[in-house]
Amino acid sequence: MRKALAVGQKEFRQIARDRRTLMILLFVPIFFLLLYGYALNWDIRHVRLAVEDRDRTTESRALVSAFVNSGYFDLVAQVTDGQITGLMDRNEVRAVLVIPYGLSRNVQTGRSSLVEVLLNGDNANTATTVAGYAQTILQSESARFQVTFRRAGGPRAPILTVQPRVWYNPELRSTLFLVPGLIAYIAMITAVVSTALSIVREKERGTMEQVRMAPLDAFSFIVGKTIPYFAISLVSAIGIILAAMALFGLPVRGSWPLLLLALSLFLVGALGLGLLVSSLADTQQVAFQVALLASFLPTLMLSGFIFPISSMPAFLRAVTVVVPAKYFLIALRGIVLKGAGIATFWEELVALTVFAAITLVLASVRLKRQWT
Amino acid sequence: MNAITVTDLTRRFGAFTAVDRVTFDVRQGEIFGFLGANGAGKSTTIRMLCGLLAPTSGTATVGGVDVSRDPEGVKRRIGYMSQRFSLYEQLTVDQNIRFFGGLYGLAGDRFERRRRFVIEMAGLEGRERTRTVDLAGGWRQRLALGCAILHEPPIVFLDEPTGGVDPLSRRRFWALIDALSADGVTVLVTTHYLDEAEHCHRLAIINAGRLAAIGSTDELKRIFADRPIVEIHAANPVEAMRRLDAMPEVEKTSVFGTAVHAVLKGNVEDGASRVSARLAEAGVDVSAIGPVQPSLEDVFLEVVEQAR
Repeated sequence: MRKALAVGQKEFRQIARDRRTLMILLFVPIFFLLLYGYALNWDIRHVRLAVEDRDRTTESRALVSAFVNSGYFDLVAQVTDGQITGLMDRNEVRAVLVIPYGLSRNVQTGRSSLVEVLLNGDNANTATTVAGYAQTILQSESARFQVTFRRAGGPRAPILTVQPRVWYNPELRSTLFLVPGLIAYIAMITAVVSTALSIVREKERGTMEQVRMAPLDAFSFIVGKTIPYFAISLVSAIGIILAAMALFGLPVRGSWPLLLLALSLFLVGALGLGLLVSSLADTQQVAFQVALLASFLPTLMLSGFIFPISSMPAFLRAVTVVVPAKYFLIALRGIVLKGAGIATFWEELVALTVFAAITLVLASVRLKRQWT
Repeated sequence: MNAITVTDLTRRFGAFTAVDRVTFDVRQGEIFGFLGANGAGKSTTIRMLCGLLAPTSGTATVGGVDVSRDPEGVKRRIGYMSQRFSLYEQLTVDQNIRFFGGLYGLAGDRFERRRRFVIEMAGLEGRERTRTVDLAGGWRQRLALGCAILHEPPIVFLDEPTGGVDPLSRRRFWALIDALSADGVTVLVTTHYLDEAEHCHRLAIINAGRLAAIGSTDELKRIFADRPIVEIHAANPVEAMRRLDAMPEVEKTSVFGTAVHAVLKGNVEDGASRVSARLAEAGVDVSAIGPVQPSLEDVFLEVVEQAR
């Protein structure tokens, strides 16, 4: 064990000396988070809105200000009927809110009004999203009118009879959905690549042979190699989570100890995968490519990070069984977004443990065989 | 007492036999040289002796330990330094020593004493905090040796330890090896610098996996027995060689720098002057000619040729 510590201490010093590795391990992940977090953003803000207010009452103005205050819409014009087509054609506005005459009277008498929202449909995704925003705003305003006037059988929703309920992300903020995936993705890549490179580098430079000449068993070597990278990737992953909380408003609704447990299991599996890669490759170049291939693609495509697993064909669904990020994401989203307890995702934690055990055992066996 | 005993040691890789029934032993405190061309099987033999590679057949005991039965026991008793001076380049001199000290389980006073010894031996006083990548070749070489003998092993393996090092550093390095040997440490060294081989008490010449010759330099030179060697300096060595090869007294010729060595047949009386006369007859411009003692290079070439 003392020898494993000697290896670990040496590794720490090497990492501290090697600015490049340290940067990769500590800062690139957060840089990734910023890049992906902002670029992979399906939210739409600053939708240029025109308003045709035919009612011009307190209630109609309240409705307009609800749109403006939501943060999603920028009011660019008050218009009359004839102007709308032109504005939409020239793409000067992306949405028009048409408030009917008599809204105020209807509200007070408890009758329903039809509020129109015209959307520029050239980008279907954007339009759907904006429609969602508008719906939500109108519903909440309708509810507010009801409360204000306390009329039995009061006004129904001015426009909508459907009432979609969105859980966990009432504003449908896509970052909240994406950030846990990013955490898994970044942690996986850095852990796998850094571990794989660190061992293959020793093979390349001949220091591996020197170490093998010493009375040191393969197991101590592996433990010594794993400890520093585990510690650093854990720090790095926590850094990403904190950054996501600060920058993207990621809530951590569940317990931190559970979060750390899931994170640790996931990272140990990633380190095991890195060790396994290092036992397959003899040059840093090959190791880097294999490590990226083994971590990057499955985590991005097959973990449910971006594409829902449930809509994959059966064959791909079967492949996702061996993607650790899949289990980690379920646990992570559960803890972070839903505040779920261990009862709901203990199976995923078991799966992560199994993955870690298998990769570590395979890597040890392979490295041991190469050791003598 | 023998520090290393090797009997019929063989290692095959598939159909290729890298080491073929090699037998020799090395006495305690001896500097034993392992001479051979690249790919002759030197490194494979060393790797087996270090417990890194299992022999296909045959036995080897190192420091009294059988390498097949207890490779870990062998590792505790030996020091190993390769031609690559395998240090961690980004770490400082001190950090490298600390790491290898940790690997060999050195601690406390003993570690401190050995650390100071290595720094002093390598001449690295005041450079403890220098990264090894910034050290010149000679220093790195001596530091690598220091890390290999940190745990005071009775047997040291050096695999081409002087590659890429300037002549002055090589000289200094061999002085360290001599000192180790004087302290009773057994040194097995591979090299293809023949001048370095002269430092060895005994040499083994290995060719195509087989042991071709073994003995002290003087013993090895007896391979020429009564066959004299004549060294010829000629204005046109190529022409001189062509003429020499045609003479009945000459067994073979080889180029030595700007000179030509001609090995004469043993039964030829007064060979040197007869060869000289024939060259003059043929009109070859000879500036100097005379008998010389066989060098190790003559021996090496002769042994390798005979083995073919």
